[in-house]
Amino acid sequence: MTADEIRRATVRISHEVVEKQAGTEGLALIGIQRRGVPLARRIAGAIRDHEGVELPVGALDITFYRDDLSLVAQQPLVKGTDLPFDLNGRTVVLVDDVLYTGRTIRAAMDALVDFGRPHAIRLAVLVDRGHRELPIRADHVGKNVPTSREEVVRVHLAEVDDEDGVDIERTEPVLVGRAG
Amino acid sequence: MTTPVSERQSPETPVDELIPSVDEAPGSRPVAWPHRHLLDVDALTIDEIETVMRTADAMRQVLARPIPKVPALRGRSVTILFYEASTRTRVSFEVGAKNLSADVVNIAAATSSVAKGESLVDTVRTIEALGADILVIRHPVSGAPYLAASVFGGSVVNGGDGWHAHPTQALLDLYTMRQRLPRGSVAGRKVVILGDVLHSRVARSNVWALTAAGADVWLCGPPTLLRGFDAWARAGAGGRRFTVTSSVVDALRDADVVMALRIQKERMTGGLLPSLREYATRYGLTRERLSLARPDAIVMHPGPMNEGVEIAPAVATGAQSVIADQVANGVAIRMALLYLLAGART
Repeated sequence: MTADEIRRATVRISHEVVEKQAGTEGLALIGIQRRGVPLARRIAGAIRDHEGVELPVGALDITFYRDDLSLVAQQPLVKGTDLPFDLNGRTVVLVDDVLYTGRTIRAAMDALVDFGRPHAIRLAVLVDRGHRELPIRADHVGKNVPTSREEVVRVHLAEVDDEDGVDIERTEPVLVGRAG
Repeated sequence: MTTPVSERQSPETPVDELIPSVDEAPGSRPVAWPHRHLLDVDALTIDEIETVMRTADAMRQVLARPIPKVPALRGRSVTILFYEASTRTRVSFEVGAKNLSADVVNIAAATSSVAKGESLVDTVRTIEALGADILVIRHPVSGAPYLAASVFGGSVVNGGDGWHAHPTQALLDLYTMRQRLPRGSVAGRKVVILGDVLHSRVARSNVWALTAAGADVWLCGPPTLLRGFDAWARAGAGGRRFTVTSSVVDALRDADVVMALRIQKERMTGGLLPSLREYATRYGLTRERLSLARPDAIVMHPGPMNEGVEIAPAVATGAQSVIADQVANGVAIRMALLYLLAGART
């Protein structure tokens, strides 16, 4: 995906989010650390441009909710959670860059309900690359990208990586032993 | 008996080539925690200490929630085995482990089979057979956690061993100093550790952590309670120098941090101090003595305190005291360490 394609996808998602809610009432956007956070801000910016409404945006760190602590080769650095609004009764749109196994989203939903009881949780992702391991689907997708499990989808966003773009790289399968 | 800290080699574990994470930009790579055990801070690099501090920041965020509980260690079992009395260390390990959703087993040696004469090694093997993943141990004999680590299949955390080491205390002390000092750094700051240095595992672990972080460390007390530290100071802690003095005036002058240590009556084998009263008169941290330090200096104490002996009650509860912060930060630091050890890759 090029920078233009990312921009168009973000704007389209912003329209879909408002359309599905039939307005902006009760909406909040929550980005999953790390690249979901700038994406959530961009979607909120697009909604401000066409609806004239400033939606609350939060950041969610799911590190402590992962189910694969002993499987990952490295310790994820904790980046922090910032939810400066009340979740109760809101329609929360979770935003992430890549939807893959669904385990990140499962962890994010566990984390969210620790902070309150949203009226509904929806999911917006820039890239859906398939290979789900859980019964989770996105409500809003920037682009469906068929991939193999040996490939890595890298999303670059200017806020984090100085430039916009999505690449697919082939990697050698990595053996990861049980940490202990 | 005590392990000569200065002669012990740091068990350096090489960090393997890290596998780049899928969702991380270069430069913000997660770290692999390379240590299976936490036995003393001398095994940690300054970068690893930094990782502990940053992880503790995240744990403080968790602690600030209405329900301070996350599922990070769900299904893990933490056994806390204490052969010595403790309130804050034991309770903060227990609270921290529960906040991370671990299962916690508490064993007080006095009410366990230890009282029937079971050896440390047999006790540790029993605890492992009962399913413990992480063993937190406090023992009056220096080096006991190292023995436990040699037979335990999971991770061992030293909760204080004899005169030797108390790594989680040193890390929470460093964390508290960084929280309260301008620009959040101890580098170049004068940190005075005052009192019963001889018997203090807190002092020994703090020397390692503080000199690694670049602090100007001073150890001060009566000459009988500094025995052996001159030689260590000359050798340096990992090549890093610190100062040893019996002059409380030299030590406290322009200090940024003053940490008073408890006079460990239970470890005094006689002849080291004429009396507690004389100690209080000559070395007790009073308001008058504290006025030698910088006006914004912070006062610390690892607890428990003998108020009126090593520290005056008015100083312990005064505006410069951060003793309550030390206790609160102890939970965050211990959560950070349990979390890092549970995901360690060794």
